[in-house]
Amino acid sequence: MSAPLIELRHVGKSFAAVRALEDVSLSIGRGEIHCLAGENGSGKSTLIKVISGVWQPDQGELLIDGQRIDGMTPRAAIAHGVQVIYQDFSLFGNLSVAENLALSSELQEGRKLVSWRRVREIARRAIDRLGVDLPLDALVETLPTSGKQLVAIARALMSDPRLLIMDEPTTALTGREVAALFRVVRDIQSRGIAVLFVSHKMREMLEISERLTVIRSGRVVAAGPIAEFDEAAITRAMTGQEIAAEGYHWEPAPNAAPLLEVENLTIPGQLEDVSLRVMPGEIIGVSGLLGSGRTELALALFGMRPGYAGRIRITGQEVRLDSVQRAIDHGIAYVPEDRLTEGLFLAQTIDRNMLATSLGRLSRAGVVQSGRAARDAAGMIREMTIATPTGDRPVTQLSGGNQQRVVIGRWLLNDPRLLILNGPTVGVDVGSKSGIHRKIRELARARGLGVLMISDDLPELVENCNRILVLHRGRLVSDTPVEATSETALGEQLAALA
Amino acid sequence: MSGIAQAFRRHPELMVAAVLVLTVVTIGLVNPVFWQPSNLFSLLRASVITGILGLAVLLVMLSGGIDVSFPAFAIAAMYLTVKAMIAWGFDSILPAFAMATGIGLLLGLVNAVFVHYLRMIPLIVTLGTGTAVRGFILGVVGTSQINIDQMPPKLIEFGRTQLFSVTQAAGSETGLSAMVLVYAVIALLIHLLLRYTMLGRGIYALGGGEEAARRVGFNIRQTTFLIYGLAGAIAGFAGLLHGAMIWTANPRDMVGLELDVIAAVVLGGASIFGGRGSVIGTILGGLTLVVITNSLIILGIDTTWQRVVVGLIVIAATAATAWRDRKRIA
Repeated sequence: MSAPLIELRHVGKSFAAVRALEDVSLSIGRGEIHCLAGENGSGKSTLIKVISGVWQPDQGELLIDGQRIDGMTPRAAIAHGVQVIYQDFSLFGNLSVAENLALSSELQEGRKLVSWRRVREIARRAIDRLGVDLPLDALVETLPTSGKQLVAIARALMSDPRLLIMDEPTTALTGREVAALFRVVRDIQSRGIAVLFVSHKMREMLEISERLTVIRSGRVVAAGPIAEFDEAAITRAMTGQEIAAEGYHWEPAPNAAPLLEVENLTIPGQLEDVSLRVMPGEIIGVSGLLGSGRTELALALFGMRPGYAGRIRITGQEVRLDSVQRAIDHGIAYVPEDRLTEGLFLAQTIDRNMLATSLGRLSRAGVVQSGRAARDAAGMIREMTIATPTGDRPVTQLSGGNQQRVVIGRWLLNDPRLLILNGPTVGVDVGSKSGIHRKIRELARARGLGVLMISDDLPELVENCNRILVLHRGRLVSDTPVEATSETALGEQLAALA
Repeated sequence: MSGIAQAFRRHPELMVAAVLVLTVVTIGLVNPVFWQPSNLFSLLRASVITGILGLAVLLVMLSGGIDVSFPAFAIAAMYLTVKAMIAWGFDSILPAFAMATGIGLLLGLVNAVFVHYLRMIPLIVTLGTGTAVRGFILGVVGTSQINIDQMPPKLIEFGRTQLFSVTQAAGSETGLSAMVLVYAVIALLIHLLLRYTMLGRGIYALGGGEEAARRVGFNIRQTTFLIYGLAGAIAGFAGLLHGAMIWTANPRDMVGLELDVIAAVVLGGASIFGGRGSVIGTILGGLTLVVITNSLIILGIDTTWQRVVVGLIVIAATAATAWRDRKRIA
């Protein structure tokens, strides 16, 4: 029996104090479709970067064709036939499809001059090889995501790779596009090229891969032929917990008044006639594909879409949410999806980040009362169980999960009535994720906080919400109690919309 | 998307060309004097320096940066070269332009060092180097203007070379400056560089995304040094050419010119986010700007409005390109 194409043996990798990979062993055979599964922050990206030579392991060894390779570099990895298609595709949106395809081979051949005829010939060959149809002269940025992906795949195949690593290739694709991608992947496989398919979506793994390796917190927790797994087994391996056990059960309090009532909310071209009601203590999931209007809904409620039509009532009183300040005054808090650019002041300390929205409340005659501020911040660090010895550390020193707790804690200091979370655990590691979930449920239950949770992560919604809304093209298409749905049913509903 | 909108999107030059034609026709209708050869020739002549400097800025903007140091570099190169020509008594064209270009090149490389090695924002770097170089020239080299009586005669002679001349209806003779040809040659060279060399494509790639450019195998350091070095060299050359054309070397010249030039480049369809723009667009943008600002007189508008117009053009053109590019960035 010949040696596997690529083999990792007991690989370990640390960054500062963080153990990203620990004792990871993995082998990929020739022409095999291998799935690497794991949640965000599980170490998947680090593993890809070790294989592609971006980072070198601290421990263990990397073998290609049974030969030990020391000091792997990106260039060496490419020479050994390893090609990576990153999530962002690394394409040039401002250049044509043909040029995107031809650039790397032209550079590798050391060409100094550009012959546009040759560029087109190279590109034509690359596209024919993949058996797809792409407009050679179109700028890449004008293509849909699936088209960009095909350009990236065609480009990767030009160097006759033996292993194609695809990082979360289905993230922004519709159901039909995923099916088309799988056809391409199988076609690639039929030419003897191995594919390492990195994903966290169960259904896809079961459909496409032959072998599966699951990593969690930097360790391999399950591996084997795909036939040995089912969805439940993969979930268990990925999360390390039985998910279905928990869940959020909400009972309406006797004669409680609705916290938020939205009637016929419309933003032309983005939201149409959306009506919903949030009772105190409810956690309502909001799902939908990209562009469904779910973020617009959040922004409208947070006063960032002042031109909306429709009526919004908070605790029975009609309000006009035409500015962020107005929304905050009415007790609405919003934790954006991209906390690094929208939520945190990265150059500042944990305390200052925590207090960012409370300064008005903490000031007397325009001067912040520092004693009270420090007490509040320290109290919230405790309440949100943020892992830091003191609040004067830079917020950048915290892990993703702890940063998210800072953003949420900041809003809780304002004592909000309605908390809108957009992708509350994107980029947060698994352990921290369930901690944040527990905290959100506890807040809703204990404080009677209403929560709107926007997420792509269906298990997250099923686990935490008592009702789940699905938006599509700006319309509310379903509103289902969580008992009446499941991750599978939601997944199918979304796939059908795509 | 309709066919016309798509054509504009793929070829932003068409948009500038349309604006230019519209402007020219409008001005020509208001005052037919516009069509006199002397006016047309003087407009072409006036667009030479703005245009050449625009090509320097184009290189930097394509890569996603911005340059505001070039007027200072141009003046420094011009003033130092003219001073040297007078002091050392050399009065020949080629060494003079080689010297001015070399000074610009060196200064441009300084920008590249800051941008590449210290990863500083190009705006801040070029603001700093531009101000420092201007200060150095005035403080150390001199503040006095060198007038036509002291200017090296060969330089003046070169600056007044004409391609051809025609006799106007009124009987007066008017000629087209040969500097237009110099401009055309530089523009052609930059066009060939950008369009037909890997170095040039590397500039576009860098503007499309630095990380992607690195992954695909472009040498980012080489590209950055090429961009800023070449931009500096072009500025130095244009500085001396400017001196030759106006027969004076004034160390306080070209103050505020960066805005006009950037306006011309943006008007020519270059993106402030990098990655798009062309030589043809920049030439058309430069012409449009010069036509608009220089025609205020024959339109009967007070020239003090010139700066207002330039400011508004910058805002309008940037808004238009930003609006165009917004979708791509999102």
